[in-house]
Amino acid sequence: MDHIGWLASIKVAEEEKEGFVASFNSVLDYFHQLDELDTEDVEPTYRVVDLTNVFREDEVSESMPQEESLSNAPRRENGYFKSPRIV
Amino acid sequence: MLRELKEVLAAGASAEERVAALFEKIKRSKLNAYNNLSEDSALERAREFDRAPWSGLLAGVPIAIKSCISTRGIETNCSSRILKGYIPPYDAHVIERLKKEGAIVVGKTNMDEFAMGTSTESSYFGTTRNPWDLDRVPGGSSGGSAAAVAAGEAPCALGSDTGGSIRCPASFCGIVGLKPTYGLVSRYGLVSYANSLEQIGPLTLNVEDAALVMEVIAGHDQRDSTSVNSEGGYLSGLDGGVEGLVCGVPKEYFGEGVDPAVEKSVWDAISKLEELGASWKEVSLPHTKYALAAYYIIAMSEASSNLARFDGLRYGLRLGADQDWHTTFSEIRAAGFGPEVKRRILLGTYALSAGYYGRYYLKALKVRTLIKQDFERALATGGADVLVTPTMPFPAFKIGERIEDPLSLYMADVFTVPINLAGVPAISVPCGFADGLPIGLQIIGRHFDEVGVLRTAKAYEDATPYHETVPKEVV
Repeated sequence: MDHIGWLASIKVAEEEKEGFVASFNSVLDYFHQLDELDTEDVEPTYRVVDLTNVFREDEVSESMPQEESLSNAPRRENGYFKSPRIV
Repeated sequence: MLRELKEVLAAGASAEERVAALFEKIKRSKLNAYNNLSEDSALERAREFDRAPWSGLLAGVPIAIKSCISTRGIETNCSSRILKGYIPPYDAHVIERLKKEGAIVVGKTNMDEFAMGTSTESSYFGTTRNPWDLDRVPGGSSGGSAAAVAAGEAPCALGSDTGGSIRCPASFCGIVGLKPTYGLVSRYGLVSYANSLEQIGPLTLNVEDAALVMEVIAGHDQRDSTSVNSEGGYLSGLDGGVEGLVCGVPKEYFGEGVDPAVEKSVWDAISKLEELGASWKEVSLPHTKYALAAYYIIAMSEASSNLARFDGLRYGLRLGADQDWHTTFSEIRAAGFGPEVKRRILLGTYALSAGYYGRYYLKALKVRTLIKQDFERALATGGADVLVTPTMPFPAFKIGERIEDPLSLYMADVFTVPINLAGVPAISVPCGFADGLPIGLQIIGRHFDEVGVLRTAKAYEDATPYHETVPKEVV
């Protein structure tokens, strides 16, 4: 649970763990019914609509003003988003 | 309904009075259908309309918008603590279209947090109540949109449907809800939950209104690379009737686990369609029993990726003093997401993690192929023009009845998720009542045959009274 929480960047509190483990086990058990199906020769479906690559001219167009882009940022500095320390 | 509303507005009735009356009704309501009201901007726009009426398919028509569809200047919080206070600086594609056709956005409706649920109980802002019985859920995840329309707190609404989130609440609240073919409506500005499954669609009081909203919102948008052109004709194709239509009745959608009153109403509906000139035949969708597992694996996997963007950096919740990057974000996300969202992100992360990808995610995508082929066989070579099923296996359940047991809640989606896996269109229309609670009929069509689905629904609706029954006002 700690490892998955780390991968997902969600801190899982001690008191949540028991409940999550129980529900994970019942949901994963349910998922395992797919094992009954032989899908050896079946192609996966990533999307249901056929897509082709769309090309367009690389032209500059209007973009969102900086102030609007920053309007919801909880912490900002000098026109930038302010992030926690990375290194 | 919308046609009559447009007619009285065009004849000079005051849009401002109507919008003001709507807000009064919403404020008296016990339903909790709305998270945020855009009262000032809606009244201002209504006054402008009264001064100099504009034309358009939805000229002067108020509309409620699910809280996961971005509206410039109006809080769009997805019923989550992590987005509380977030005000989008841009409109979703569908909102641009609505405004262009003259609609007036009155507010943002309650939903399951990030659209993850079947009951609207996972909202951070409290559950919405079913207007037919306040102790029951309105369905979900677009529960606020459905309850608002059913109770007359909006004449029409937009929702989104990832695994039934438009059709389920339409069924539980006794209204019409359409999930379009995947790709027909641009998802630009829709906050992503499971992007390969979800579509925006209308929740309305009748089929014609759903067709009218589709005329407005369907069509290609270069900002959603999965969107395609719309051929339109939703309104003009409505009245052809069902003479000669073949309705497929999938045997897997009846029997064990389905409320007998629901089964009876759906069979009565099939008889009604027969009376109107259609015929029916039994068909089989043999992989139906695997659809829920495949759906939840795919939806959770996509969710774990899509919801990675919520980190409190550019918008949303930020807590305490910043520590190192990973600790800061892990704590924001722990505090900002509710239990069901965490469960789905964590399970999706697990399903995509090294060593499990083939067993869960890839396996589910292969099963998706089998389910899609089931529909292609039934609807093409199987000779059926549409499929007719219950929307939900039972009427609205009690608030609190299922929320503690995630798996029992997931099971409620058994007849709606296969449609999203296959990407086909489906509508829910009212087809009866069980102990005063509405029952929904699901009509499923071929890819991009919205016209056929709507026409079938319209013929049925014209021959039945259920859409005319409305809940008494709850104040």
